Amino acid sequence: MKLSEVKEILNAEVVAGEEFLDREVKSAFGSDLMSDVLAFVKDQALLLTGLVNGQVIRTAEMMDIKAIVFVRGKKPTEDIAELAKEYQMVVMTTDYTLYPSCGKLYCAGLVPNEERVD
Amino acid sequence: MADTMKLHYTVDADDFTVAGEASGAVKKVLKQLGFSSDIIRKVAVAMYECEINMVIHADGGVIDVEITPEKIRMIHSDKGPGIKDIEKAMQEGFSTADEKVRELGFGAGMGLPNMKRYTDEMNITTKIGEGTVVDMTVYVK
Ligand SMILES: Nc1ncnc2c1ncn2[C@@H]1O[C@H](COP(=O)(O)OP(=O)(O)OP(=O)(O)O)[C@@H](O)[C@H]1O
Ligand SMILES: [Mg+2]
Repeated sequence: MKLSEVKEILNAEVVAGEEFLDREVKSAFGSDLMSDVLAFVKDQALLLTGLVNGQVIRTAEMMDIKAIVFVRGKKPTEDIAELAKEYQMVVMTTDYTLYPSCGKLYCAGLVPNEERVD
Repeated sequence: MADTMKLHYTVDADDFTVAGEASGAVKKVLKQLGFSSDIIRKVAVAMYECEINMVIHADGGVIDVEITPEKIRMIHSDKGPGIKDIEKAMQEGFSTADEKVRELGFGAGMGLPNMKRYTDEMNITTKIGEGTVVDMTVYVK
């Protein structure tokens, strides 16, 4: 799914990486726990989270995640957005909470991502 | 790249926002050296988890990384409180992290099991009141 589609489905506002909305994501993962993200995520995933701090960006960078959606209307601070830009990530915020955000994307065909690294 | 490349980092305990800078830097180096994304991911994640642990559970510390074409070794040393029961600490879900750490998205008790999963060798030496050394190696197959 293209990130521009994600944006539309979630009625999201783009905070960083507007120029990369053409990018494809193949799966998604929703969590507020960064250690779970580090345990489960695969390539080219979209991360949905209600946690907003710099470690979300750093965690994403470690996992090669290039797109993040902050849910329930949480807006990242300027320094968080800057860090994301540095890593060429797309960051969006949506007013929906985590469950409906994931549900809407799932219904639109974006599959989950839970294959564990062994 | 016939010789061993050695990198050294100091991890500051006072600033949680910079946790991950060392692992980020190593990730960049490995990319430049042309390692596969699979190997890079393993090293980056294991190191990142360990770096975070040094910040939230110990008082920061030092990381030494040795890179050869065959393997990448990461030695994390801190002078923190030490780990009382390593076997317990290695279990998924075991954590002594406080509420503050949890609010930051950590403290799920997944870090050490993650490190074990992402590396080929992992040894922990720890002494109560003196500190902990986590020594991990990823082989380039
Ligand atoms: N360097 C360290 N010094 C002292 N104690 C440690 C250290 N690393 C880990 N521990 C202890 O081992 C426990 C388990 O560590 P682990 O990384 O698996 O989980 P966590 O850090 O609590 O949570 P998560 O990694 O999911 O954010 C910690 O809660 C802590 O009690
Ligand atoms: Mg940890």
